[in-house]
Amino acid sequence: MNITDDIAGLRRILTRYRSIAVVGISANWYRPSYFAAKYMLDHGYQIFPVNPNYSEVLGRKCYPTIAAIPESVDIVDCFRKPAEMVPLAHEAVAKGAKVLWMQLGIRNDEAAMIASAAGLDVVMNHCVKIEHARILGGLNWAGVNTGVISSRRA
Amino acid sequence: MADHLYGFDTLCLHAGHIPDAATGARALPIYQTTSFVFDSADHAASLFNLQTFGNVYSRISNPTVAALEERVAALEGGRAGLAAATGMAAQMTALLTLCRAGDHLVASRTLYGGTYSQFAVTFAQFGIDVTFVDPDDPENFRRARKGNTKALYAETIGNPQLNIADLDALATIAHDAGIPLVIDNTLASPYLCRPIEHGADIVVHSLTKYLGGHGTTMGGILVESGKFPWDNGNFPQMTEPSRGYHGVRFYETFGDFGFTMKARMETMRTLGPTLSPLSAFLLLQGIETLHVRMPRHCESTLAIAQHLSEHPQIAWVNYPLLSGNRYEALARKYLPSGASGILTFGVKGGAEAGVRFIESVQMLSHLANVGDAKSLVIHPASTTHRQLSEDEQRAAGVLPEMIRLSVGLESLSDILWDLDQALNNSQ
Repeated sequence: MNITDDIAGLRRILTRYRSIAVVGISANWYRPSYFAAKYMLDHGYQIFPVNPNYSEVLGRKCYPTIAAIPESVDIVDCFRKPAEMVPLAHEAVAKGAKVLWMQLGIRNDEAAMIASAAGLDVVMNHCVKIEHARILGGLNWAGVNTGVISSRRA
Repeated sequence: MADHLYGFDTLCLHAGHIPDAATGARALPIYQTTSFVFDSADHAASLFNLQTFGNVYSRISNPTVAALEERVAALEGGRAGLAAATGMAAQMTALLTLCRAGDHLVASRTLYGGTYSQFAVTFAQFGIDVTFVDPDDPENFRRARKGNTKALYAETIGNPQLNIADLDALATIAHDAGIPLVIDNTLASPYLCRPIEHGADIVVHSLTKYLGGHGTTMGGILVESGKFPWDNGNFPQMTEPSRGYHGVRFYETFGDFGFTMKARMETMRTLGPTLSPLSAFLLLQGIETLHVRMPRHCESTLAIAQHLSEHPQIAWVNYPLLSGNRYEALARKYLPSGASGILTFGVKGGAEAGVRFIESVQMLSHLANVGDAKSLVIHPASTTHRQLSEDEQRAAGVLPEMIRLSVGLESLSDILWDLDQALNNSQ
């Protein structure tokens, strides 16, 4: 199974792919899903909000399902309960996504197997915003042990 | 592909600092600024809402201070760190993030005197009650715990008794109660002991001592392990919407560094005992040689302890790794590569002989600090503990004839020479 958990792998995902479907996004500005989507939007990613309860989030059209998104999607970023990951994995595969990303606190090995078998990269139990800031800069300003050691310019 | 795991010595030099993007400066730039410009109104709003990481005002965060925070967090094997103006400020920040009026702590009774006063006097004014227990039996912590106890607190190496905490036992007792173990690791430094590896949840330091190492600069830090389950029901301030931060839930939003974020954005931001960027730079210069200095401190101290234990003018010597010391077994377990650079000894002839010894040293410095590159001596009964009666001094582990020696990096033969000539003059 192809679980990505190392700095080089996460850097490859976050630099190669630019469009993110944020599944289960909240319209409340203080919720983690809104935080993460706004952060990724501010860092140049294309964001597709996915939540059947809203028509618009972050000034963008909000889609009821992944399949409803009219454009291609690289990363399916999931803010839903672990039990909902298997159908989301199937939807991510059907959409032709490159990465199934399960957020902080979310693990589902069956969903990971489904996505991995279809050739997707899988990330589990990580926040897309925190990993972006950890590896590409910003999280170090919060005193976090990023694990990044380099003699190259930031 | 797994990430390369760098060794401790490399982390001392590199963790937390990659060359500056703008200039390529290899040394850590000193960002001596109070404030940071915003890119736009929306960027400012994102920063104030914690939706993006960045710098606003140096009371909250600063890139030079952040490099120090990440470095110490890496050395301790922790998830995140928050620096403070002093060690006292760091432990206060950690504990005031855990406790509010009406809460309770259980602490070792052999703490550094300043810490004891902070807990017994100042925290009492805040309505935080602290029970002090004999740490030699860890079960005393379990027995003193109450329903409102929010943490257990001890020092890896007690100051000045040089008692060693049984970290594994304390962590088990804390975790059985669903509360964190907070350890002051100042005298050991992460080179000698990493309490998080033994179950500690929060580690605090006075950076003023071995980490800074040169006696130039005050500083402190707290480091969070990232492993404590803050959603266990005992810490609603970590899981419920924050009044101080417009409804943010720190544990849900920041996960395994949520405690550090709360300590930074609420406790540090509102109380303000921040470390200055220049101090962070100076302390970081010291940390770059921690792994070179600590072995020498330990080797010289053990050699001096052995020398003094055979000295005719010495009544007793206390160093945890000295054969026969009551803490030798714990020291061999928790401090396998050395028991740090502090020892205490008793001069024959009581308090008066102790004072004569202090007045006779020529190269050792008489002052109230430890962990300097220079050797330091003090007679606690006539200085740091002189407000106490002799009975109170004995209860605090301070005997009338006791001298505390912080062994520096000078030629060992010179330290021994100064000790011997001062001891001869003390009699």
